[in-house]
Amino acid sequence: MSRVYINGISSISPQPERVFEGLEPHVSKENILHAVDLNYKSVIKPIMLRRMSKAVKMSLYCSKMALKDANVQIPDAILVGTGQGCMQDTEKFMGNMLDSEEGLLSPTSFIQSTHNTVGGQIALDLNCTGHNLTFTQNSVSFESALIDTQLQFEDPDVENILVGGVDETSEKFTGFQTLDGQIKKEKIRNINLYNSNTPGTIISESAAFFTLGSEKKSTSYAEFIDVGIFNSIDVSDISSKIQKFLKRNGVSFEDIDVVILGRNGDHRFDKYYDEIQNGIFSGKSQLGFKHMVGENNAVSSYAFWMGAKILKEKKIPENFKLNTLNCDVPQKILIYNQYLGRNHGFILLQSL
Amino acid sequence: MKGVAVTGMGIISAIGRNLNENHLSLKNAKNGITNPEILSTQHSHLPVGEIKLSNAELATILNLPENHSYTRSALLAVHSVKELLENSGYDQFPEGTGFISGTSIGGIDKTEQHFYDYSENPEYRKYIQAQHPGFTTEKIAEYFGLNGFVTTISTACSSSANAIMMGAQMIQSGKLKRVIVGGSDCLTKFTLNGFNSLKILSEEKSLPFDDDRAGLNLGEAAGYLLLEAEEYTSGRSVLGRVSGYGNANDAFHQTASSENGEGAFKAISKALNKAGLSGSDINFINAHGTGTRNNDLSESVALQRIFGKNIPAFSSTKGFTGHTLGAAGAVEAIFSLLSIQYGEIYPNLNFKTSMKETGLDPVTSIQNKEINTILSNSFGFGGNCTSLIFKKDE
Repeated sequence: MSRVYINGISSISPQPERVFEGLEPHVSKENILHAVDLNYKSVIKPIMLRRMSKAVKMSLYCSKMALKDANVQIPDAILVGTGQGCMQDTEKFMGNMLDSEEGLLSPTSFIQSTHNTVGGQIALDLNCTGHNLTFTQNSVSFESALIDTQLQFEDPDVENILVGGVDETSEKFTGFQTLDGQIKKEKIRNINLYNSNTPGTIISESAAFFTLGSEKKSTSYAEFIDVGIFNSIDVSDISSKIQKFLKRNGVSFEDIDVVILGRNGDHRFDKYYDEIQNGIFSGKSQLGFKHMVGENNAVSSYAFWMGAKILKEKKIPENFKLNTLNCDVPQKILIYNQYLGRNHGFILLQSL
Repeated sequence: MKGVAVTGMGIISAIGRNLNENHLSLKNAKNGITNPEILSTQHSHLPVGEIKLSNAELATILNLPENHSYTRSALLAVHSVKELLENSGYDQFPEGTGFISGTSIGGIDKTEQHFYDYSENPEYRKYIQAQHPGFTTEKIAEYFGLNGFVTTISTACSSSANAIMMGAQMIQSGKLKRVIVGGSDCLTKFTLNGFNSLKILSEEKSLPFDDDRAGLNLGEAAGYLLLEAEEYTSGRSVLGRVSGYGNANDAFHQTASSENGEGAFKAISKALNKAGLSGSDINFINAHGTGTRNNDLSESVALQRIFGKNIPAFSSTKGFTGHTLGAAGAVEAIFSLLSIQYGEIYPNLNFKTSMKETGLDPVTSIQNKEINTILSNSFGFGGNCTSLIFKKDE
């Protein structure tokens, strides 16, 4: 496989982009966080926008921005990770079907409910007939798409791949996540997430897309080295799994400068992060992001966006720090994320 | 290209609960299309390819505890992966076995059953997460102790074909030594009403590639293959090889296929290219052939563009099983491997009149002849087109 470079990036989350530069973060008093609305009209026709769910809107916007950032017109492949897919349309069709007891139904929301609607809509908009897959594996949906990126880059004709993660919220379906304990029972402010010491987390919507290329450019952000997924790992094995993953890339845990961790304030499962924060990575700069942008199945794509920016700008963002350690010249970043103790994903990035 | 070895398979569909039953039905042209009996729906007049086992019966067969939270797709999948395990020659899947499952709707059967129960009845809340496809995949993984590489592909009706493609690439790249690939989808009110709202369900048994075709019949199934790296195949029986694959996007419409079948054309071309074959090397095509006006014409045009006047023998097996959505690619991969194994071409049921536009006739009765190379097509919403090529092991 050729080396893979991050050549274009774009994200939408509940925080404005400048939170990375130190802007005071948005504080939400609700446990369900909505993504900030960007100027979608600048890149999507209003007539199209009206029909689009949030996931499609956010994804199409980020896709166009990430391609523009890399100066790429049409990628060779489009890969999307989305754990929950187009929930808003699914909820609409489900509600209409149940309420009408299977009466006469409009097909629009059914058409837009399939999980690969996002990937299909991006292809349609770009008129891109290349390889196009959608992965829906809970918190490793985006990581799965990254693995397919590696497979596609084995073809020497493949130069650019658009890859991203997206998840949206919808009223009832996201609301159900309070009932089964995924969302905290008590209302908390996002910035206090890590002091909550209770079960559950805060759920959000976000999208982040990237243009990955086989060619390094003067504007490239970083190099994407590797990704690994594991369905289940015992807490006691997490350090050795990470070390094994690093080792297959010729990297030791001591070589890592920054770890970006998926801590989400759920005291039942944050122990995975405790284990490595107090262990192999105790002397490293540690960052979190879910107290800023919340939890969702594709939010590790936001961490990937952070990693790319940190490596390019050589700056550790204050708002995301979990400890006081700094790093002047970050070179290697490990992203580790899991959800409810399952679907663990590791991503390794390196500076250019 | 030699291709990636298939060393095990398992299936459950409306025409049988295992490989043998499916094979006998195919051989005897016995379809599995009936009115829905297990699925509770107002549209009981719409024919479907239903597996006549209730969830409770499946759970008993699989020895699941009473309080299990398996979705119907998970139950069907576990049933078929058990058969795969038995004929793979392993007692249990070796450490490091990967799992890639394709599904279009995962466990949405549970969402539609309990949508109004969740707020009042805590006992059903175990199914809240089941709505999302990854949950069903995890249940299957749990049953067999698969704890490493586990993922789900959801690209509508090409989902499991894409799972097979990705699995083959994972083996070829050396990322995995062994991977279970395939897919599972069950009948749900959500999909039945969805396809009905699109007015593409036939009120009679479907007529793939027929001029009078009036839509598809939905079906449910699970089918899985075991793919293994070359170093593990010595002394084992290799059922066939995945030798070519390709995915392309039609980039035409969210649900309709283009008139010139561009996506299909590109997917087939990629698969032939990957396998290092030309069109004349293909002995038989297991077509997507859903029975809708749009698909069958678009697919026929794509076949004409690839093969010119020499289109190989082809048929769609959807008349047997119904369109099993995310599982269809895997089901038809298994039928293709049965064709290779037994030297049989299974018929396109219910066909009478060739389409005016193309004049193409599928195979309508069982044929016995040596089959070395099969092309299998799966196309889905979102313009997602996938073609796979299976070869006899030599």
